[in-house]
Amino acid sequence: MSRTIIEARKATRILDGIVPVTLVADIDLAIGEREFVAITGPSGSGKSSLLYLLGLLDVPTSGAVLVEGRDTTDFDDTERAAARLATLGFIFQFHFLLPEFTTTQNVMLPMRALGKLSMGQMKERAEGLLSSLGLEDHLAKRPDQLSGGQRQRVAVARALANDPPVILADEPTGSLDSKSSEQVFQILRDLVDRDGRTVVAVTHAMELAERMDRRVHLVDGRIVSDQRQAPVAGVPATGG
Amino acid sequence: MNLVLDIAWTHIAARLRQTVVAVAGVAIGVGFSIMMAALMQGSQEDFVRTLVNAMPHVSINDERREPPRQPAEEAFDAAQIRGLTPATRRRGINNPIATIAALESWVPGAVTPSVQARGILRYGGKDVASVIVGIDPQREPRVSQLVTQMKQGSMPALYRATNAIILGDRLAEKLGARIGSNISMSAGTGKVMTGQVVGIFRSGVRTVDEGTSYVLIKTAQVLSEQTGLINEIRIRLNDPMASRAVADRIIADTGLKTVSWQEANEDLMSAFVIRNIIMYTVVGAILLVASFGTYNIISTITFEKSRDIAIMKSLGLSQSTVRRIFILEGLAIGLAGALGGAVLGFALTQAMLMVEIRTGFTDSTHLPLVVAPLHYLIAGGVALASSAIAGYFPARKAARLHPVEIIRGAT
Repeated sequence: MSRTIIEARKATRILDGIVPVTLVADIDLAIGEREFVAITGPSGSGKSSLLYLLGLLDVPTSGAVLVEGRDTTDFDDTERAAARLATLGFIFQFHFLLPEFTTTQNVMLPMRALGKLSMGQMKERAEGLLSSLGLEDHLAKRPDQLSGGQRQRVAVARALANDPPVILADEPTGSLDSKSSEQVFQILRDLVDRDGRTVVAVTHAMELAERMDRRVHLVDGRIVSDQRQAPVAGVPATGG
Repeated sequence: MNLVLDIAWTHIAARLRQTVVAVAGVAIGVGFSIMMAALMQGSQEDFVRTLVNAMPHVSINDERREPPRQPAEEAFDAAQIRGLTPATRRRGINNPIATIAALESWVPGAVTPSVQARGILRYGGKDVASVIVGIDPQREPRVSQLVTQMKQGSMPALYRATNAIILGDRLAEKLGARIGSNISMSAGTGKVMTGQVVGIFRSGVRTVDEGTSYVLIKTAQVLSEQTGLINEIRIRLNDPMASRAVADRIIADTGLKTVSWQEANEDLMSAFVIRNIIMYTVVGAILLVASFGTYNIISTITFEKSRDIAIMKSLGLSQSTVRRIFILEGLAIGLAGALGGAVLGFALTQAMLMVEIRTGFTDSTHLPLVVAPLHYLIAGGVALASSAIAGYFPARKAARLHPVEIIRGAT
């Protein structure tokens, strides 16, 4: 049975304001190791909000988020940052690479923040990751010298920098052409199948969502369906 | 390189023009602060030095701090008596030779007796009031700079003529007297003597140069019509700054009115304190204005880099790490400005040293400046502190950025 690695329990997120806005409500979701989960839904359904809660970028108004079995409700900023650094890797729709840094330096950034390796080891690992994603000829280039697909692959390499067990991707192919989208999807697929990581991806692209192992569908901030498309043994599907 | 350093350096290096302007702002502030401090302290020290050289460090005279009790008051302690004529007291310091000997036993410096009389000097129909000081030319060089201040004639020449007199240069100018002129001296006692001008001095202190003249002790005693009169003992200390303490001890020991050079120029010393307050306020204002440049650039960077900040935080950089990045940027600008300012300050100081200037107040032909490491430390320290503060506020704002809000905005 696959161990639950990330979990939301009755997680609700309401935005304060003159008119409070409920982003997500009563989310119960357990995601196990080696799962490839798609979060789908129409615009404004709370897909990204749920991802940010799972990624400890946001704090639920009520309920809890557990990462590797630890309740993060009472985590302060430093603890949340440390958990993100060690456990979670992020890929966004836009690459969000630091424009002044080379691709290698961008990939080294999370490693340097974690500070576990020497500079030589970090560089070696960053170059290895970039090469494994077909970017061996672009190690010293800056983001503005790369194509959209190449930048997104650099972002994937950066997400993998600290070898996190969970990768969270927010529309990872949203800004790419079909060829690049396929390349990035295949990389994510390999992260699950070959490396044994968990990948949770928010996507609008139904043809990609259908090729993932599990599909969680949201409407108006609530999970309306949680279907296992290629079941992984021992991981119960929760939610609506 | 450390990650925080690396990112901070990348940010400021990427905005070279803005960074240079901010650094130049701090450097100009620091440079001019250093030059101003050098000028202010230099002029103050020069003035004090001139003052200290022109007058005794401690002066003891025959007056008393407390008016002496009258005989009637001594006899009728409980009654208040009005309209009495005060008893006439013999002028001068009692037993001056013993007093001087006692002082010489402990005072760290030289002691010399003198007679001070106020009188009128007359020459060619002009009358000018003067303090006529009777001195011992052999002991005088130990307590004053008169020997070196002589412009014409010499101090030993006092021995060579009858009732010889040395005049301050402005005093001689007022009288129209020259070396060899025979001038008339009259004291408050009514005694009138004729003496010959044997020397002219210039101390650099206007009040001294236009109102002081020197004669032999004996001449001054005759003018005062009191044989053996010594009404002033002058002391020159090895350390002029110890004058107050020495004066206090002499008062305690002898009860004689004793005035240190600081006390005699109390109003000037107070003026220096006020001047220094004004100077440091102006310097502080200059550096404060310079720090606005630093604040401006760090604010701009944090605004432009809000997306990068969000992404760094999403990757796992903590608030304190993000804050350190921007404070470091402020500090880097401050440090570069302080270093550049130190070089600029040194260059400005050297340039000012070359300016030739002449005032009626001092003899200086060049601006008096003091190059002190403390000025560099203070100006640099204030620049660094203000830059750190200027960097702190945008840094705090940047650290508090909610990554989700920025990421949502970008997508």
